[in-house]
Amino acid sequence: MSTMREALTKPILQNNPIALQILGICSALAVTSSLKVTLVMCISVTLVTGCSSFAVSLIRKQIPNSIRIIVQMVIIASLVIVVDQLLKAYAFAISKQLSVFVGLIITNCIVMGRAEGFAMKNPPLASFVDGIGNGLGYSVVLICIAVVRELFGSGKLLGFEILPLITDGGWYVPNGLLLLPPSAFFLIGIFIWVLRSAKPEQVEKEEFKITKNTRSVKEAF
Amino acid sequence: MEHYISLFVRSVFIENMALAFFLGMCTFLAISKKIQAAIGLGIAVIVVMALTVPVNSLIYNHLLREGALAWAGYPDVDLSFLGLLSYIGVIAAIVQIMEMVLDKYVPALYNALGVFLPLITVNCAIMGGSLFMVERDYGFADSVVYGAGAGTGWALAIVALAGIREKLKYSDVPEGLRGLGITFITVGLMSLGFMSFGGIDL
Repeated sequence: MSTMREALTKPILQNNPIALQILGICSALAVTSSLKVTLVMCISVTLVTGCSSFAVSLIRKQIPNSIRIIVQMVIIASLVIVVDQLLKAYAFAISKQLSVFVGLIITNCIVMGRAEGFAMKNPPLASFVDGIGNGLGYSVVLICIAVVRELFGSGKLLGFEILPLITDGGWYVPNGLLLLPPSAFFLIGIFIWVLRSAKPEQVEKEEFKITKNTRSVKEAF
Repeated sequence: MEHYISLFVRSVFIENMALAFFLGMCTFLAISKKIQAAIGLGIAVIVVMALTVPVNSLIYNHLLREGALAWAGYPDVDLSFLGLLSYIGVIAAIVQIMEMVLDKYVPALYNALGVFLPLITVNCAIMGGSLFMVERDYGFADSVVYGAGAGTGWALAIVALAGIREKLKYSDVPEGLRGLGITFITVGLMSLGFMSFGGIDL
């Protein structure tokens, strides 16, 4: 039982798919300008990852090794179609906002990575839990970024006003940059910086070492 | 003609796949350490996009969309829900065929691109190109221009990033930012730069 819990919680902080394994960044950047859309995206990705791992794991002994990628792809694509149709039926406005990014869950490396890396070797239930865990790890990062972007970019959270804007007679001047694409890059960069400062063993080794300047200041001028 | 030039410029600069829509980020960050590799991957992406987007456009317009099957006697059939599955299938198949054709007829090019071709199947920029084509309702000619343009934009971005990263090797970056962190910040700055193309309209 403890391994199950580990499979669920480990990807959230210790082995986070976005910050550490660098998987699935595309959508992490694109859908985070509003929290509501982000939540929908998180739920979709978590479900697709869990269910696809479960399905792949069920038939893992029957899949011929040479065509396994295509089989996984078909399973994932079918699940994404289901999610896409559900969103179009029950949350049309949000599905319009997500536009192509629902379809792009297919090429999201987290889903593929879990199917290939975990579900092909483990029993169905464990794979399902692992998929959900990785989906949650993905969600945590996305929600953090979305909260920062929406709160400071437009002064709202989930559409409710938190910081009254100066245009509506409040005091907060919104930071428009946070709603634009570049801010997502900066935020993830800073997120990685914070994470690696907290866990120095994750710092990448440098290819070159710059030696200290041997000349004194006086000599140089 | 003007319409196509405008579409091309827009897809290269203003709606840049990598910097404005964040597509193909995984490969964008992983393969941008050396300019040589970045150029190889960039060319492969241009070729694959210029092929897959028009092919997917044909499939969508003549097989999947509502009423598209009228020529076969089924005017009410709407197969557009099968879109995602067929696009990814087409992309995987085209990449595979291209690999075989190049291996047989242009071995020099195959050796240069060989490593990158399998990577391209899971590159979301390619899939994204096809999905944008459907969403914006591009016709066949539009989709050829759009595919080539979007591929060129992505290639331009990755080559530029590789150039910056090669120079960045010599700088003294704070420890936690080394590698991935500083790359993200660099891409953010590039993206800011590309936003200045925003107002251009031919």
